[in-house]
Amino acid sequence: MLKLYDGALEVSDILKEWYEEEGKSNYGAYIPFVGTVRSEDGIDGLSFDIYEPILETWFKAWQEKAKAKGAVIKMAHSRGDVMLHESSYIASVFSPKRRVALEFIDEFVEDFKASAPIWKYDLIDGKRVYALDRSTAIKGSGILGVKK
Amino acid sequence: MIRVEFLGPIQQEALELEINNLQELAPILQKNPDMKEWLENSAVAVNDTLVSSLDVKLNNGDKISLLPPVCGG
Repeated sequence: MLKLYDGALEVSDILKEWYEEEGKSNYGAYIPFVGTVRSEDGIDGLSFDIYEPILETWFKAWQEKAKAKGAVIKMAHSRGDVMLHESSYIASVFSPKRRVALEFIDEFVEDFKASAPIWKYDLIDGKRVYALDRSTAIKGSGILGVKK
Repeated sequence: MIRVEFLGPIQQEALELEINNLQELAPILQKNPDMKEWLENSAVAVNDTLVSSLDVKLNNGDKISLLPPVCGG
């Protein structure tokens, strides 16, 4: 399940909803990762752009990987502005045993950071400043650049 | 006609071009000095599938997207 929301996530509601969805599914482990906006470098918050068609394809591939391990992956992300101490990202894995879920959430979040088509901006004095220095070029980037 | 879209922070209007493959797109975009850095660090998708080389034939109605460096979460 992939859900996108305008603005900050209602973390308690989403975690509760997912818990209730899978509570009777015989999974022994439920491991959520919640990403919250921290106060640093004078920012007022973060803002996000998402390209949904490729995000959905990317997420479907991870759903298949989860299924192959007998697990389920769920993800929620914000579009637009998310202010300090609000949350913009939740990923959760349900699996029969904890080891699969612990390893899977790690791999999933790392690949999410490197591949999911989402762009982050710092909100500073009402301006949106692209966070290039914290961003990662998607694998295979640069093919249209001048050949060196 | 091929549509070229620039995603996220790339501040460029979409283009409509008569090109037959991705090889032909590279020099067109390289002429724009504002695109230089983006071309070095962006990934390319054709019809929402990422591609890893320019050896891609294009058909009328195809959509190309440029995806600059990402940072979700």
